[in-house]
Amino acid sequence: MLKFKEYACPETLEEAYGLVQKKRNIVLGGMLWLKLQDRTVGTVIDLQKLGLDTITEDEENYYIGSYVTLRDLEIHEGLNAYTKGAIAHAVEHIIGIQFRNCATVGGSIFGRFGFSDVLTVFLALGAKVELYKNGIVSVEEFINFPRPLQDILVRIILPKNVDGAVYMSTRNSATDFPSLTCAVAKVSGEYRVSIGARPMLATLVTDEQGILKDGITKESAESFGEYVASKVTFGSNMIAKAEYRQKVCKVLVRRCLNEL
Amino acid sequence: MEISMTLNGRKIKASIEPNTLLIDFVRAQKCFSVKRGCETTNCGLCTVILDGKPVLSCSILAARCNGKTVETLEGLQEEVAPFTKFLAEQGADQCGFCNPGYIVNFAALLRENPDPTDEEIDFYLSGNLCRCTGFESQRRAFRNYLNYKKEQEGAK
Ligand SMILES: Cc1cc2nc3c(=O)[nH]c(=O)nc-3n(C[C@H](O)[C@H](O)[C@H](O)COP(=O)(O)OP(=O)(O)OC[C@H]3O[C@@H](n4cnc5c(N)ncnc54)[C@H](O)[C@@H]3O)c2cc1C
Ligand code: FES
Ligand code: FES
Repeated sequence: MLKFKEYACPETLEEAYGLVQKKRNIVLGGMLWLKLQDRTVGTVIDLQKLGLDTITEDEENYYIGSYVTLRDLEIHEGLNAYTKGAIAHAVEHIIGIQFRNCATVGGSIFGRFGFSDVLTVFLALGAKVELYKNGIVSVEEFINFPRPLQDILVRIILPKNVDGAVYMSTRNSATDFPSLTCAVAKVSGEYRVSIGARPMLATLVTDEQGILKDGITKESAESFGEYVASKVTFGSNMIAKAEYRQKVCKVLVRRCLNEL
Repeated sequence: MEISMTLNGRKIKASIEPNTLLIDFVRAQKCFSVKRGCETTNCGLCTVILDGKPVLSCSILAARCNGKTVETLEGLQEEVAPFTKFLAEQGADQCGFCNPGYIVNFAALLRENPDPTDEEIDFYLSGNLCRCTGFESQRRAFRNYLNYKKEQEGAK
């Protein structure tokens, strides 16, 4: 279990950032993942006074504060109308309502978990993360940032250039970790497929070969599914074998495309 | 550190260690309905309502609840009395350990959605695990209660 000595609730981002500069200190998200770790730290930093728990929008973007919970994402009408329910579908299998009222989008993205439904969907949607010191970077870039990263995730920026999105995952049993996650989105005319729980981190595949250039048909969806399954690397763990994941990947991509 | 919160309608102040979990805090305040079933965020037995939303008290710091409102089953007696009767009628529990978490979360569901379908009930309660039963009797009890409530309202 997580052990710590001090609890800090800073009033400004600058103050919070100052605290994160000490290697022994950590930022709290919903603390659900953190709490299960066998780790001793100095100070835990609670960002709850920084107003990071809201979803706002302007003409160009949605802005999702890092303390927005997974449940907030799930029931936000605007966001789900815009992503055709893909965001709600991505989070609705994660444990239960009480869990999702605690888990934050910031902790989910910052943690960069291989199994993450949340990371999978935001990667496909072409979202960006705003870090206090490292600035705004795409989720693709953020995935490869060094760990540990002594910065603060302020918010997720979701540009309003998504023209359709679908999310699907497979699980061995309800509310378990996913055995594969798949999100497909059309962003600024480009098809973006994100595959996660491989079990490695979500990865992005685009239509470099123009398989979908004449639109989505039964055939093109099938061959794009095969293409994605051949391009992505899969691994085995206690949840599923690599071969199984590869077969499921082909099917999920095809189904998502047919629903797009 | 010092914290204050409204617990079951009562304003309280207390001195706590920074790493005190909400579950241990409310139990120290004699809210013994709140229990640990797993402590790994999976079972829902530790459910309390924090500022109107059901959450897992096993995984929240009491320090984070400074200035907030917490409700446990002890404070919800009047609200839940109408449907606990139906659970008892169905003999819904075997050991009964899961029961407080179920009831608090069902109360939270009714606040959000006073007339849920069976599917909506299953979805909302998916984070509440019962090791003894197959959920069938609980589901029947909730359905009977909702039907009864509708009948009563219709009769008015
Ligand atoms: C039992 C269990 C089952 C799960 N199942 C699934 C699942 O099926 N699918 C899925 O997608 N997810 C799953 N998750 C992960 C979950 O959805 C969250 O992603 C996870 O708990 C992290 O979110 P959190 O808010 O709890 O963050 P925390 O645990 O508090 O933090 C996670 C990490 O991010 C850092 N951090 C948090 N917020 C910030 C910030 N604003 N700035 C900088 N750093 C920050 C923390 O220091 C920590 O390193 C599961 C988690 C658990 C515990
Ligand atoms: S004890 Fe909190 S979820 Fe099981
Ligand atoms: S009745 Fe025993 S755990 Fe539910």
